[in-house]
Amino acid sequence: MRCDDVAALLPELVDSDTRHLAVERHVDRCLKCQAELARYRKLLRTMQQLRLHTLEPAPGFLAQTLTALAADGERRAARSVLAGRRLAYAGAIGGTAVAATAATAAVLIARSRRRALKLAG
Amino acid sequence: MDEVELVAAAQDGDREAFDELVRRTYVDTFTLARRLTGNEEDARDVAQEAYLRAWRGIGKFRGDAQFSTWLYRITANASNNYMRRQRRHRSMPLDEFNDPPELRGETQPEAMAEASELFDRVSAAIDELPEKLRQVVVLRDVYGMTHESIGEELAISVAAAKVRLHRARRKLHDVVYTAFTNEGSSEEGNAHAV
Repeated sequence: MRCDDVAALLPELVDSDTRHLAVERHVDRCLKCQAELARYRKLLRTMQQLRLHTLEPAPGFLAQTLTALAADGERRAARSVLAGRRLAYAGAIGGTAVAATAATAAVLIARSRRRALKLAG
Repeated sequence: MDEVELVAAAQDGDREAFDELVRRTYVDTFTLARRLTGNEEDARDVAQEAYLRAWRGIGKFRGDAQFSTWLYRITANASNNYMRRQRRHRSMPLDEFNDPPELRGETQPEAMAEASELFDRVSAAIDELPEKLRQVVVLRDVYGMTHESIGEELAISVAAAKVRLHRARRKLHDVVYTAFTNEGSSEEGNAHAV
């Protein structure tokens, strides 16, 4: 294996559980690749340390976030009230329509019965 | 109240409990958002969006992971969606990669320890990575997320997550150490000239 081939594999192999014997053999004998591998390991360690370094947001961020949450809650509550009202209106309109249809049907049936009785009499 | 109790209360609709969770986690959430987006302004939007989503979806949190881990995943997903929306409005090449500002000829104070200098360089170089590479390297190498989780939150395959990670590491390595080497050799050159 050549150094270039090994260098291309190091970003993958630096924290991989799988062993690559050809690479290991090369690195064991090559000071340049040993140094490269050490750099990658150092890079990874440094990135893991970044996890412990928190970055403070600008003042006011927490208050803005809590306000945004409250506003979102209010919007959703208002939306659900509106949705409930819409449902109630739809129910009322539907109920009225059903009642009107039933009344009309009843009148028509009564009329047709009266007519039938007159004809029979 | 501890975190578990606060989460349980929030799941019952207690907004005060959720607000307390926000107070306890906002610095960490902002930090992740800042590292994922590479700038403060976007990070604020992403972190706020993450909390809105977390509040709306708190009922789905099963408690099999820590609340903070669950929140990290939401933040990663929110960041991905946010940056995708931003991309539509910006005509920036996706793979644009510039040297970090700190590496453009500015010298670090001599007294600064090498480790601390490396830390600053890596941090700056991550900010300057192309967005797709930055997301993966931050979630994997800084926050230790699995490739599977990263794939789910960024809506990419595990294989794609791995490829991006290796590309990111290579770019970081090249930028950070090339700058180190160049600085070292120019200092040597100056010493010889003197």
